[in-house]
Amino acid sequence: MNPAVPTPLAPPGAQSNAPPAPAPLIELRGVSKVYGQGQTAFLALKGVDLQIAAGEFVAIMGPSGSGKSTAMNLLGCLDTPNAGEYRFRGVPLQGLQRDELALLRRQYFGFVFQGFYLLARTTALENVELPLVYRGLPARQRHAAARAALDAVGLGPWAHHTPAELSGGQQQRVAIARAIVTEPQVLLADEPTGNLDSQRGHEIMALIQGLSRERGLTVLMVTHEADIAAYASRLVRFVDGRVASDQPNPNPVMPAPAATLAAAL
Amino acid sequence: MLLNALILALRSIRRNLLRSFLTILGVVIGVAAVITMVTVGNGATLAIQAQIQGLGTNLLQVRPGQRMGPAGAGQAAPAFTAADAQAIFEQVPGVLATAPEARSGGTVVANGRNWSSQVIGSSNDWLLTGNWRLSEGRPFSDEEQRAGAAVCLIGETVRRELFGPNPALGAMLRVRQMPCEVVGVLAAKGQGAFGNDQDDLVHMPLNTFQRRIVGHTRIGILQVSMQDGVETAAVRGGIVQLLRERRNLSETDEDNFNVLDTRQLAQTLSGTTRIMTLLLGAVAAVSLIVGGIGIMNIMLVSVTERTREIGLRLAIGAREREVLLQFLIEAVVLAAIGGLIGMTLALGASIGLSALMAVPFVFDPGINALAFAFSAAIGVLFGYFPARRAARLNPIEALRHE
Repeated sequence: MNPAVPTPLAPPGAQSNAPPAPAPLIELRGVSKVYGQGQTAFLALKGVDLQIAAGEFVAIMGPSGSGKSTAMNLLGCLDTPNAGEYRFRGVPLQGLQRDELALLRRQYFGFVFQGFYLLARTTALENVELPLVYRGLPARQRHAAARAALDAVGLGPWAHHTPAELSGGQQQRVAIARAIVTEPQVLLADEPTGNLDSQRGHEIMALIQGLSRERGLTVLMVTHEADIAAYASRLVRFVDGRVASDQPNPNPVMPAPAATLAAAL
Repeated sequence: MLLNALILALRSIRRNLLRSFLTILGVVIGVAAVITMVTVGNGATLAIQAQIQGLGTNLLQVRPGQRMGPAGAGQAAPAFTAADAQAIFEQVPGVLATAPEARSGGTVVANGRNWSSQVIGSSNDWLLTGNWRLSEGRPFSDEEQRAGAAVCLIGETVRRELFGPNPALGAMLRVRQMPCEVVGVLAAKGQGAFGNDQDDLVHMPLNTFQRRIVGHTRIGILQVSMQDGVETAAVRGGIVQLLRERRNLSETDEDNFNVLDTRQLAQTLSGTTRIMTLLLGAVAAVSLIVGGIGIMNIMLVSVTERTREIGLRLAIGAREREVLLQFLIEAVVLAAIGGLIGMTLALGASIGLSALMAVPFVFDPGINALAFAFSAAIGVLFGYFPARRAARLNPIEALRHE
């Protein structure tokens, strides 16, 4: 499903055979981030090491101020570290300009935010189309791709509704459709259920988990709710700007396929 | 990239109709006000110039009395006589024609209708100095002028008021108590430089006027028209010298008459109207500025929402220059639409007002361009610069902007 981007990495099959592990999709090495200057400087990340392989569903947890959101912004190329190295697909991103980072986001990343951030007074279809406009896709292909993405999140019939006419859960679905319409490699979700009630939250999580499984999408999700994090296959916990624990989740919550379908419709 | 930005800009305009409308309105008001005011003002200036041309260029008007000085100081200046006019014509070089002009108000009656008008006694040369043409009929014959015959020429206003659709030529009318025959009608000149009706008059031979209307021979004005190409100052000097002699003024006496140069008058008057135009333009410029402040306001109020929007666009991979191009196009399109509507409105308003004020309508490309450029600059400035500030933010900061 992902766009056929030539990868500099070894194919995943080589992983079990070759003793030197291939470069992961995402790798942070000793990454630090400082906000502010002088006396008021705040060290948000203090030498974080993190490796994430393609197709993983990682939940990043931690209390407020633990650096989890900062880590997320760095991972999504929305911000740059002060020290340390960020390698994406084995390529160090050091020294990239704003515009180059923008192109990287355009190509490989999809974003879902707590606050949805849909354009007001704009139909779901046009919201979903937006990233494709920046990719320079012709109108016909834009419409087709946006329709497909809306169908994938179960909002096909709502294509011509504006955010004001949609519920919170539906708005977040539109935002997810916008994030996946470019068929990105990584989906970054910053508290995607934070503005939703519990039931809508679980529906959204079922959708994200489904996308991860069906499309092989790498998902990085920041949350502070344990029952939301339980959908992920790996839990990374931040405390005081450091990774405090990093463990697989052998039994992620698996909603029944029927429930997913029902939620989608 | 340009095409994409255009799509995004047009979508954004459509999405924010109210904001777009208000922005356009600001531009429309400013542009329309300035262009209308200046265009009508220019028309008024032209009209005044044209009227003074109609009065006769190369014309000097000689009136008794000092131009300046306290009222009632010294003796009332003596009037002129018909002989003064003749002497100027014969003795001052460069003079084309002179006409002694005596005026009096009077009621004119014909067809059972009354009309209060100006009665003028003068010669046929008065037609020449005043740039009058006849729309029908003939001027006075020499015999009629000499004998003081009961004949007259009437202005268009008098003809309309007394005769309406009926033929005026050959008709009899009564001026005060004197019956006289209409031998000609003067072609209309329209409104004068001071808003007076130049066509509201009855013209008769000087002798007729003096003997049968006023009963004295005092002349109020000497109209002197000069030959083409002669120096006004020389003719004026000649007239002054001649009249001083004829009025027995000694070396130390001041002139007890004055000579008015209509060309100078024309310059003074059109200078005045030009100042009026500037003033009107300045007042209208205030509305341009107010319109600009309106635009500024709308743009700044929407900046929070727009900052978040810019943050989102940056997050999903828009480059700074793509975002800026979109906002620039948006601002330019709004300003251009506003400017075009404003210019169209101004065109209509200027034509309408010009017709109402009876001044010529002259399209002035300069002021159109200026007003348009100014509004467009404001629109672009305040549409573009807040966006630029937002686009330079980190995407996350922009998204979290409150």
